[in-house]
Amino acid sequence: MSDTTQAVPDVLGIAESWTLAGRKAALATVIETWGSAPRPVGSHLVIDAEGNFEGSVSGGCVEGAVVSEAIDVITTGKPTTLEFGVADETAWRVGLSCGGRIRVYVEPIV
Amino acid sequence: MDLSLLSALNEERATRRAAILVSDMAGGGQRLIRWADDFTDDPLADELARRFRSGTSGMVERDGGAAFLTVSVPPPRLVLIGAVHITQALVPMAQIAGFNVTVIDPRTAFATPDRFPGVALHAEWPEDVLKTEPLDPYCALAAVTHDPKIDDFPLQEALRVGCFYVGALGSRKTHAKRMERFAEAGIGAADISAIDAPIGLDIGASSPPEIAVAVLASVVKALRRPMEVA
Repeated sequence: MSDTTQAVPDVLGIAESWTLAGRKAALATVIETWGSAPRPVGSHLVIDAEGNFEGSVSGGCVEGAVVSEAIDVITTGKPTTLEFGVADETAWRVGLSCGGRIRVYVEPIV
Repeated sequence: MDLSLLSALNEERATRRAAILVSDMAGGGQRLIRWADDFTDDPLADELARRFRSGTSGMVERDGGAAFLTVSVPPPRLVLIGAVHITQALVPMAQIAGFNVTVIDPRTAFATPDRFPGVALHAEWPEDVLKTEPLDPYCALAAVTHDPKIDDFPLQEALRVGCFYVGALGSRKTHAKRMERFAEAGIGAADISAIDAPIGLDIGASSPPEIAVAVLASVVKALRRPMEVA
């Protein structure tokens, strides 16, 4: 992509530079989608221990929940898999308004 | 993820080399497969080859459990042979659509920065430029000079490398002559028929900017629906 038109941040590049700068970070990746999920499989979000983030796994629907889980992952050092869907209102506070479901893998960068 | 793995992946991305990060979902182990690696003995060899072609990340279920493949292929690049009127319209359109664009034309009267601001422009022969900036399967190439001396080499090179789109401007008559030349040069019939000619999606385009729309539409179709393109 040309520099002038690149609207999507280089999440993997940011993840590397944050870690090299001594910031503890976690990488969230959309690993599976069902139905009309807003972001495709392979989409990334990078999160640091203070809750700063770059990228997108859902176009804004569930980023808040992913960020708070990621802070736990950074603390424990253990990866986890999260699932979000409109049908899971009892299990999760947030869901996808589009009616799709997504699974997100969250891993620490060490 | 190990920082060293992340750095290695980013290094491949920075140099337009495809790579796949394999994450074992049960054990948590991870490894990086580079496009240039010999991965024929890898338990996921078939899947890796397929993913390098499709460029899509995804989950793979195997006897040993599930693995997630983070597939990184270079951003699509559009190489335009010929700094003509069509090209002037096509460059900004393709840039807006997210393509990394390069224009090559040895005719210095055509290839001027005034006519092509904000794009990688080479007033040199394609033979020379492609030596230092080689084509790869994640490139599309459109040749629009009408001059076989300029167009033929990069078209043949694009077919050889397996660019995801190869298009050539010219009437059916011009293209028939081109097909004869390419056959004489030893290029297979299947490769020759892969050339998009007459160039562009058939939308009745007549002006150069309209032809640019048709070419860009064909390139996007080749990228997104490769199976439907002959």
